[in-house]
Amino acid sequence: MAKSKGTFVNVLVGARDWVDARFPLMKIWNEHLAKYYAPKNFNFWYFFGAFALLVLGIQVVTGIWLTMNYKPSAEEAFASVEYIMRDVEWGWLIRYMHSTGASAFFIVIYLHMFRALLYGSYKKPRELLWLSGMALYLLLMGEAFFGYLLPWGQMSYWGAQVIISLFGALPIIGEDLSLWIRGDFVVSDVTLNRFFALHVIAFPLLILGLVGFHILALHEVGSNNPDGIDIKKNKNADGIPVDGIPFHPYYTVKDLMGAVVFLIFFFAVVFFTPEMKIPGTQGLFLESANFIQANPLQTPEHIAPVWYFTPFYAILRAVPSQLGGVIAMGLAVNLFLLLPWLDRSPVRSFRYRGRNYRIALALFVISFIVLGWLGLQVVTPVYTWMSRFFTVIYFLFFLLMPFYTALDKDKTVPDRVTN
Amino acid sequence: MENKTLNQSRRRFLTTAATVVGGFGAAAATVPFVSNMSPSAKTKAIGAPVEVDISKLEPGGRLIEKWQGKPIWILRRTNEMLQDISSLNDKLSDPQSDNSAQPDYAKNEFRALKEEFLVVIGICTHLGCSPSFVLKEDGESISSDWMGGFFCPCHGSRFDLAGRVFKGVPAPNNLVIPPYKFISDTRLLIGEDTEEVDG
Repeated sequence: MAKSKGTFVNVLVGARDWVDARFPLMKIWNEHLAKYYAPKNFNFWYFFGAFALLVLGIQVVTGIWLTMNYKPSAEEAFASVEYIMRDVEWGWLIRYMHSTGASAFFIVIYLHMFRALLYGSYKKPRELLWLSGMALYLLLMGEAFFGYLLPWGQMSYWGAQVIISLFGALPIIGEDLSLWIRGDFVVSDVTLNRFFALHVIAFPLLILGLVGFHILALHEVGSNNPDGIDIKKNKNADGIPVDGIPFHPYYTVKDLMGAVVFLIFFFAVVFFTPEMKIPGTQGLFLESANFIQANPLQTPEHIAPVWYFTPFYAILRAVPSQLGGVIAMGLAVNLFLLLPWLDRSPVRSFRYRGRNYRIALALFVISFIVLGWLGLQVVTPVYTWMSRFFTVIYFLFFLLMPFYTALDKDKTVPDRVTN
Repeated sequence: MENKTLNQSRRRFLTTAATVVGGFGAAAATVPFVSNMSPSAKTKAIGAPVEVDISKLEPGGRLIEKWQGKPIWILRRTNEMLQDISSLNDKLSDPQSDNSAQPDYAKNEFRALKEEFLVVIGICTHLGCSPSFVLKEDGESISSDWMGGFFCPCHGSRFDLAGRVFKGVPAPNNLVIPPYKFISDTRLLIGEDTEEVDG
């Protein structure tokens, strides 16, 4: 028994060595897992990178299976989604996993980004890591936008119409640009067909490539941590950071445990409330108007984007000029790119930052959430003024950052990570 | 040594020339891919004119037709509606339609060939939603002095019964009037006008 087991292991080891002589298998394994030293003080906020990978995996797999039954044409799209929901074996599960996955992706990414704001993870030397993450976020927004048109419901149609019209508001090139994006004078079968191509091929390829870049950039500079300390400055005789532990097995096991908890929440939504129809909303994950087939002649009474776009949508509506609104919205998304250079504080983690940054960050988070809520509401004069107020706070967080971070009374950062 | 410098400058020239030529080639290669996404010949052809029978349209009533995939509204205005339109000028941002899109023959107070009939593309000039037709008596929730018109549910833009935009709303221009002509008293042709035929 023992001998045969030994033989079996020997065969495996032999196979590994055979591959290793022809491909840098162990080198990759060691560089990125077994000998990648991550700070030992990771907390709750450090789960979300792994969760993002997990959701990406769910989206790719469920997406491939949805493609097997979906028909990307204006004639057939709506019916084919109903077909998937009613007649295809387990189709409902795969589709609800995909639709829940879209919202879950944004929840995870927003928390992942918030982590970077808390602990200054975008600061030197992690600027490229931050920029690649932001590029991923922009690609994800595009991917979600393309995907939302595919069910060809009323919200799909009019949401796409509004977003494409945003480009039409640009001076000079606007009209031609929106015509080029649609490939038609209105959102039509042509538009649906190309959005399908972009959603299932172009953007997933870009996202997967950029995820690779993001992870390589992370492993080159090393992970930040809740104390914002550079653990590479303090190494033992073997050249291993004293505050580091190998990613495998320590964090692989920890992330696996986190994934189990995450999936419990994920499937609770999939099974019990895939539309996320909480009172006062039309359904946060799947909007009720989208259960009606697209009608190019009639806009639904109440239209709002899916929740993950609403903070920016509220900013768009807050500005009383068409072009101004579009520019403000574009800036609101893209100002994050400048964070590494706007932040003048030498300290990374908010734990050792002064009062200024803590207050600014708290106000920013509040304004982001309130704007997100406002973006779901029907326009009233009071809500418009509220949107304007919080839009100003949102922008001040970025525009005043060089001043309040430079003037901040930061505390002394310890030499070693704390627990 | 001399030979080596000569080779290097020659090499630099060849590299630059190859980069420039190759760069133009690569740029030229994007043309078919970018153009591919423009409207195809078939898509352009679908914009053919549409004939509409308006004999059954009651005064005060509205028809919705489709031209180039866009909703076209045909509103038969009553005398009262026309009077209301005339009273609104100072509440509108472009009452004379100077900055708005319409054929020359519709650039007048009622924005129409015949004042009775408004023919307009039912797409908001803000971000492309299709506004709702709200009669005078149903408009209390929109504003207390609502004279009837069109209200966009997306971002709250308002237009009067000639498709002219009110002040203080996000839409920048009046609704667009398509080219059209009357073939007879009861038949309309949308998408083509006499000017085009003459021209």
